[in-house]
Amino acid sequence: MDQFLQTLMGALAIGSLYALIALGYTMVYGILKFINFAHSDVVVLGAWGSLVFARWAERTAGWSQTPWYLGGVVLIAAMVLCGTVGFLVERLAYKPLRRAPRINVLITAIGVSLFLQNTGQLEAVFGTRPASIPRLVGDRTIAQIGLVKIEMLDVVGLFTALSFMLGLDWLVFRTKIGRAMRAVSFNPQTAGLMGVPVDRVISFTFVLGSMLAATGGFLWALKYSQVNQPADTGWTLLGLKAFVAAVVGGIGNVRGAMLGGLAIGLLEQFGSAYLSSSLSDVYVFSLLIVVLLFRPSGILGSTAVEKV
Amino acid sequence: MRTLRSRLVRAGLALAGVAALASPACGRQPTETIKIGHYASLTGSEATFGKSTDNGIRLAVDEVNAKGGVTIAGKTYKIELVSDDTEGKPEKAGTVVTKLITKDKVKAVLGEVASSVSLQGAPVCQAYGVPMITPSSTNYTVTQKGNMIFRVCFIDPFQGFACAKFAKDELKLTKAAILFDQAAAYSVGLKDEFIKHFKSMGGTIVSEQAYTKGASDFNAQLTRIRETNPEVIFIPGYYSDVAKISIQARKLGMTMPLLGGDGWDSEELAKNAGEAIDGCFYSNHYAPDQPTEAIQTFVSKYQQRFGGIPDGLAALGYDAANVLFDAMARAKSHSGKDLRDAIAATKNFKAVTGTITINDQRDAVKPAVIVERKGGKWAFRAAIEPQR
Repeated sequence: MDQFLQTLMGALAIGSLYALIALGYTMVYGILKFINFAHSDVVVLGAWGSLVFARWAERTAGWSQTPWYLGGVVLIAAMVLCGTVGFLVERLAYKPLRRAPRINVLITAIGVSLFLQNTGQLEAVFGTRPASIPRLVGDRTIAQIGLVKIEMLDVVGLFTALSFMLGLDWLVFRTKIGRAMRAVSFNPQTAGLMGVPVDRVISFTFVLGSMLAATGGFLWALKYSQVNQPADTGWTLLGLKAFVAAVVGGIGNVRGAMLGGLAIGLLEQFGSAYLSSSLSDVYVFSLLIVVLLFRPSGILGSTAVEKV
Repeated sequence: MRTLRSRLVRAGLALAGVAALASPACGRQPTETIKIGHYASLTGSEATFGKSTDNGIRLAVDEVNAKGGVTIAGKTYKIELVSDDTEGKPEKAGTVVTKLITKDKVKAVLGEVASSVSLQGAPVCQAYGVPMITPSSTNYTVTQKGNMIFRVCFIDPFQGFACAKFAKDELKLTKAAILFDQAAAYSVGLKDEFIKHFKSMGGTIVSEQAYTKGASDFNAQLTRIRETNPEVIFIPGYYSDVAKISIQARKLGMTMPLLGGDGWDSEELAKNAGEAIDGCFYSNHYAPDQPTEAIQTFVSKYQQRFGGIPDGLAALGYDAANVLFDAMARAKSHSGKDLRDAIAATKNFKAVTGTITINDQRDAVKPAVIVERKGGKWAFRAAIEPQR
């Protein structure tokens, strides 16, 4: 029982992070029909941005105890940073290729990814060593069931991730800009003729996706405290799993990405807890194969569902 | 246009001037230069490994050059070090070593730290007939890549033995769990040897869990380990992963000591893990606080040059370079074959990390030390002699 609960906690925590990151992949795919390979590097930027900012704030302010609001401030700073970078990437790298074949955009995305990785590795930027983020959320245990401790940090993480996802869902399905996003995703030309400012909507989507990536990176850094260097293989794997989550849920589908993220988190954690820990990545990618074989459009993906 | 041309002319003159200054300086000195190569993870997640090793080698090179260089068969040469980055990626090792040998024309190669990278670099050195000394790759298959490949560190079978012996005889523990990196040859080798020796000494392995390098979440593995109540967890991984594992284990309420190998050896571990690593142990090639003369001189020289306490990898880099220079002085010529024979003949060489004798398998035979995290410092705890 202890093991089950502990694994469930872990699975939900990590699954919600996958979901946050998967949303970025799925939104960009929904609108531009290409996979933004640079997305996982924006997550890295979010994690490192939070780390650098939190350290800087602690150093300059010299608090004896970290104020409770610092976490929120750091998160907003990371979101602004990543949103700006996401905006610039779209403007400078992808927009000039709007009419180019999709493969060109795809290759450009890989180029952007490499550029961000290697810039991050410069000593003047983040460097090549792992670093640890200051404690922004108190190290408190909220409840304890048997051996299972429910940590403040996990609850805050889960709550932040879920509220952001609900917020996004509301934004996409209940607001005007959300309707514009769905229109562009359905058919950009027609949406343009109807007076939807297509370029602005695309920019907005990128900024939104990058902000969610920033949140993912921030929560990741908080959860694991040590942040690996920007080009670490762990980040690539994280990006790949989030991408698998998007595909499993149905790429282009916002709710699908959330579902896919949680599904992958559960599968990975329960698989390694009850079957074998040496195969934890195998479960994830096997699920991808199974989904592609039997339901290529993903769990929630189908032509009838509105895409974003 | 004219100004551009005159600028170009001026630049050309300046270049010629530099060349003129440089060339007679080379011509006057009777000594020629011999290049040695170093391939290392200068960036990447094990960047501290490569940088420490490179510092150690640099210190040795500067010392030998300050003494006038190395004399090979009556002729004196200055040593020039060419270091190149593998980013700690096995797939880059082949390219980097090939470049060092064919483009930079190095006479000998030092490196790498990680066994999985050395395993890719070694066949290249073997194929080109250039001797290679790895300072710190402990996986035993590395030197089996060919007769050109040497090492100055102990091997995993011994390190696994040292950890098992320490856990069983020093700590008097009998129930161990294991968490290892299944993607690293080093980690798998160490795990196998630990299990073999710990069992033969009468201990039991209650759980064996795996992770893959770069993983961040160890919740599932640690929860399974917790179910089995081990007295010690053996984690033969690298420091960046160990920091995360230790923090997550403590969060799960697991207080038993963690034990590891020389992959833990980096200042970053304690910096990132903090209190989580208190009361933990790892086996290493040397301990900077061990009161022998060789170690204390090396530590003070290193501190003067680079600041900071040298880790085991810096000491091994220094030793690897010095073993090479010692061999060069005994070699008949600087050809690959003669250098190889000279390195193979190394006997009782007094190095920082112990007295080095190269055996028939081209491995160094020497003791290991166990260090303990105590009062915010890594302190020497025990020395484990090799099995004879």
